[in-house]
Amino acid sequence: MTNKPLLTVNGLVKHFDISGGFLDQLRFSEGKFSRKRTVVHAVNGVSFEVRQGETLSVVGESGCGKSTLARTIIGLYPPTSGTILYKGARVDDLSPKAMLPYRAKMQMVFQDPYASLNPRMRVNQILDEPLRLHFPNLNAIQRAERIAAVMDQVGVRPGWATHYPHEFSGGQRQRISIARALMADPEFVVADEPISALDVSIQAQILNLLMDAQDERGLTYLFITHDLSVVEHISARVAVMYLGALCELAPVRELFEAPRHPYTRLLLSAIPKLGGERRRSARIQGETPTPINLPPGCVFHVRCPFATDLCRVEAPTLQDYGGALAACHGLEENRI
Amino acid sequence: MAETAAIKTERPGMRTRAYRALAGRMFWGRYGLLTIGLVLVGTMSLLSILAPVIAPYDPFALNVDAILMPPGPGHLLGTDALGRDVLSRLLYGGRVSLWVGFVAVGLSVAIGLALGLTAGYFGGIVDEVIMRGVDVMLCFPSFFLILAVIAFLEPSLTNIMIVIGLTSWMGVARLARAETLTLRRREFVLAARVAGSKTPRILFSHILPNALAPILVSATLGVAGAILVESSLSFLGLGVQPPAPSWGNMLMEGKDVLEIAPWLSFFPGFAILLTVLGYNLLGESLRDILDPRLRR
Repeated sequence: MTNKPLLTVNGLVKHFDISGGFLDQLRFSEGKFSRKRTVVHAVNGVSFEVRQGETLSVVGESGCGKSTLARTIIGLYPPTSGTILYKGARVDDLSPKAMLPYRAKMQMVFQDPYASLNPRMRVNQILDEPLRLHFPNLNAIQRAERIAAVMDQVGVRPGWATHYPHEFSGGQRQRISIARALMADPEFVVADEPISALDVSIQAQILNLLMDAQDERGLTYLFITHDLSVVEHISARVAVMYLGALCELAPVRELFEAPRHPYTRLLLSAIPKLGGERRRSARIQGETPTPINLPPGCVFHVRCPFATDLCRVEAPTLQDYGGALAACHGLEENRI
Repeated sequence: MAETAAIKTERPGMRTRAYRALAGRMFWGRYGLLTIGLVLVGTMSLLSILAPVIAPYDPFALNVDAILMPPGPGHLLGTDALGRDVLSRLLYGGRVSLWVGFVAVGLSVAIGLALGLTAGYFGGIVDEVIMRGVDVMLCFPSFFLILAVIAFLEPSLTNIMIVIGLTSWMGVARLARAETLTLRRREFVLAARVAGSKTPRILFSHILPNALAPILVSATLGVAGAILVESSLSFLGLGVQPPAPSWGNMLMEGKDVLEIAPWLSFFPGFAILLTVLGYNLLGESLRDILDPRLRR
């Protein structure tokens, strides 16, 4: 692993307009029409880098913008503002044609193995699609050989290539899904909760498959998850997200042994543990505010036990604390 | 041991008449209507397609010696006021009905799919414009729209098919849009975009094949509707022009002599009834079979 950044995200913002069509937006009040828009602030100014060959995990509770972040980085959503650099070149504003070479290098594994394979296509057709797009020079036999090789690598018998997805189990489907991501020979793979829809007994197998593929192909992973035990197992660094903002980004040991941000501490104290003395877990106070009406200042102040007036007004920025980055006024003022 | 023996002795019992009767009932319960629909549609289509081969007489041949003959051995379904054989005219008339049904529905599915896929996939202002267009089209009472258009144009078979097709695509467009809206967010469509597939490929290889089931149902029911519209137009004299036979204009010709020659009206009416019933049964049972929520 080197320290060279493969992917750099600068001030990424993604808002969704959910106010519907033009007619749904019209409001009539006090004798005149007005247009009302409702916006979900899914990702608000996130900056980080993913280093070549590492696994960076992004954790956070449901609805904190993890998946939106993943999909924006991979280019499924155009960012509202901010830039995404891949090996130093901007990839967030490219035309589909200019994006094509990066499509081969940046791939994605999805969460639900039952929704991520086209039910009307055979496995070999599914795996053939990226090959045809990115290796137009290969003939049918060469493509079939590649498909068989990758299927073999992900542990699905190549003889099953002519079957339909519904003939496979969830774990096998996820293997096929991973195979599809590997077909175009990527360097960077975004895995959006790739194991959370699987049985616990299958989860370990798929994780090992992902880690083996990383070793063999020198892949870099951006791993989206809400499962902290998985994070501890596979990642080099961890980014903690809350309501569309990064709270903390630290090497995995640091984060689990000495969490800095109050939210990270609360998140870690919520992990159930077996045996030993029963520790009173710190309760998180209050409800998560909705990303439609974001609180001003630090987004966590509503639930933070250390919040001060400053936290309620001004949003903190990420600061370096000996290799670990955290965004918290309390840490800056040395009172936490 | 005793238990296995008991099970073994029961095994042959599974093939008894009672078992077969039960299996039969289950089959008819699940596929009975489908079978009836298929048989009706199949028979009608086959008879129409084979009309030149099996028709006993030329459908246009006048015969002054056999005017208004009741059904009998010479003319199975009788003859009309000009001595033409009703069975032969019925068979040829069926070709018109089925042809109109297929072409009109094909046209309406093509238009509906194109607009529905576009509206659903691109969304935003494109969606808004197309769907408001659909709303406007749905505002017209379509039969009167067809009547008005046909009254302006010359009432030919081609015009009828085009006009029926152009006024019946709205349901297909709405269905296609609804399916596309859900499918375009499905992960396999996102995966295709991540792989770098272009929009046409995503629309035609990933979305369209998965959106076809409800459209197939609606098209089957649409055939029945189109046949009825064509018959109504022909009955009103705005459809297929005599002497060319169509079930609708045969009904019209029969209505003047209803009291003395009821077979002239009865047989074309019955043919329309059976065909429309067949397509409706087929469509309804396809809907039940293809709808995953109703499966089993």
